[in-house]
Amino acid sequence: MSTSTAAATTSRSGRQRRPTAGRRAFQVINFVVLGGFALVCLVPFLNIIGSSLATPGELTRRAFVIIPETFTLDAYRYVLSTPTVFRAMGVSAFVTIVGTFVSLVLTSLMAYALSKKYLRGRRLVNFLVVFTMLFSGGMIPTFIVVKELGLIDSLWALILPVAINAFNLVIMRSFFQSIPESLEEAARIDGCSDLGVFVRIVLPLSLASIATIGLFYAVSYWNTYQSAILYINSSDKWPIQVLLRQIVIVASGLNADANVVDVVPPAQSIKMAVIVVATAPMLILYPFIQRYFVKGALLGSVKG
Amino acid sequence: MSSASTVPVTEVAEAGDVVTPRDGRPPNAPKNAFWKHRSLYLMILPGVAYFLVFKYLPMGGLVIAFQNYLPFLGFTGSEWVGLDHFVRLFTEDTFFVLLRNTLVISALLLLFAFPMPIVLALLLNEVRTRFFKKTVQTIVYLPHFMSWVIIVSIFYVMLSIDGGSINNLIVASGGEAIPFLTDPDWLRPMYVFQEIWRGTGWGTIVYLAAITAVDEQLYEAAELDGAGRLRQTWHITLPAIRPTIIVMLILSIGDIMELGFEHMFLVMNSLNREVAEIFDTYVYTAGIQNGQLGYAAAVGLFKGLVGLILVVLANRSAKKFGEEGVY
Repeated sequence: MSTSTAAATTSRSGRQRRPTAGRRAFQVINFVVLGGFALVCLVPFLNIIGSSLATPGELTRRAFVIIPETFTLDAYRYVLSTPTVFRAMGVSAFVTIVGTFVSLVLTSLMAYALSKKYLRGRRLVNFLVVFTMLFSGGMIPTFIVVKELGLIDSLWALILPVAINAFNLVIMRSFFQSIPESLEEAARIDGCSDLGVFVRIVLPLSLASIATIGLFYAVSYWNTYQSAILYINSSDKWPIQVLLRQIVIVASGLNADANVVDVVPPAQSIKMAVIVVATAPMLILYPFIQRYFVKGALLGSVKG
Repeated sequence: MSSASTVPVTEVAEAGDVVTPRDGRPPNAPKNAFWKHRSLYLMILPGVAYFLVFKYLPMGGLVIAFQNYLPFLGFTGSEWVGLDHFVRLFTEDTFFVLLRNTLVISALLLLFAFPMPIVLALLLNEVRTRFFKKTVQTIVYLPHFMSWVIIVSIFYVMLSIDGGSINNLIVASGGEAIPFLTDPDWLRPMYVFQEIWRGTGWGTIVYLAAITAVDEQLYEAAELDGAGRLRQTWHITLPAIRPTIIVMLILSIGDIMELGFEHMFLVMNSLNREVAEIFDTYVYTAGIQNGQLGYAAAVGLFKGLVGLILVVLANRSAKKFGEEGVY
């Protein structure tokens, strides 16, 4: 805590000032409040990870496990020995990779065209896009459209209906607008077509923001749940999120569905291990994602 | 790209038209904007098709809210029932249960969850230790990346009455285990807590950015006038981020009817349904589980229209009070 109070002597304007007693007390309280909030965010994760590594005996004996006394990988061994978890992870990986690719192609092509002020009909398309952020047909009509297209029980149903996110499109469009027109003009004079300018000039300049939007998409595809319960019927095509709910919530006997599945509730540590497995890709990517995400969130706050 | 060869072309291009020579048309032919930008229109085409098929087709599909829709008869063959579904919705007791549940949760969210990121951002702004600030930020952003399934699952195992670590702690300290997951009285606090847990850290980003944009000189001037940090926050920082707060408030008000399907669906069960069922989950229950597609679409249409009106009204009133709106 000494570092925080020492740093407090530097005022906002950078001049050295002696902190008053009240100021010092505030810094300490602030430190405790923020640290406390961070702990509240972190402890559930630590508790789940810790418990998944503990023996069933320890879980019944100890109230709150963060660091287990005896480490065991039994729960993971069991979870990974069943084909269901592997298959669901595979489905999620497929949807995430293919979906992100499809979304990026569609979004960036459309965003680039919409970023051109001289494009006729641009205002109409922009309005159509923004209006979908305010109003939508909703779950049932969308379900019927997906059904009529024959996408029920196809993994494409998890991708195509959410292929373009209007918000991401607007972010990308304003990014493309910020690229100086003179760069593109030079290439056009060189004889590049609009598509050529996009592929050779604009894309290489936009890799960072495309990565940002790509991560937005990837996270949302990995977290896909609603589309899966609406459009996927066969359990061998379930993404990990649906399987996770099935194992942790439905199998416990309390479920929102009318059809109760009669199965033996899995042991606590097994549930924890499945949660960790489903969370792992996000946790591993997180340090990498965070930087881009914050940048993306700020891009979004700029009005397009 | 050979830049050396560009020089002579530039002169030619500036004299005539830049693109026409590549069109295979005579250089002085009348310009056709659509033909000239045909590759841009090709680029926009798949996206427009997406919006038409997956956004506007469903909007058109809302006609089934006025039909006794049967899948094998389709939009065209199903019987028209006028406003029957809406009459049914407004006369059934369920409607008031749904409205109450939705509004109570929305009010709790506006009251407790909405101010949290503002407070957290102001507190983070006072931290002078860079490392501490970065660490706290990294941790509090984390829950935002987790799906509702993961979050609800985590709390599910922690709050479970047999062997959940929270109840273990309560019992260990002499209390009685609380059935958080099934007790209707605990549903709302649990829901709001999970929303705060997931969204607060992430919500600070937009406010922190707004705070960074405040002119340093204002603080220096205030300090010369003898204003302490609290007064600086009250008179400088808060007014400076007011437009951001207003915009976020408009967005929240627009979402009053639209709490989101996933979170509530995941925490709802047969024991807490009376307080948990909201419009979003009811559309699923009535339409997908009970197969009343027309009626469920009517419920969804009602919810969507009210949401649209709320956003427009909130935006208009924000502009009336001299603030910038969302659109």
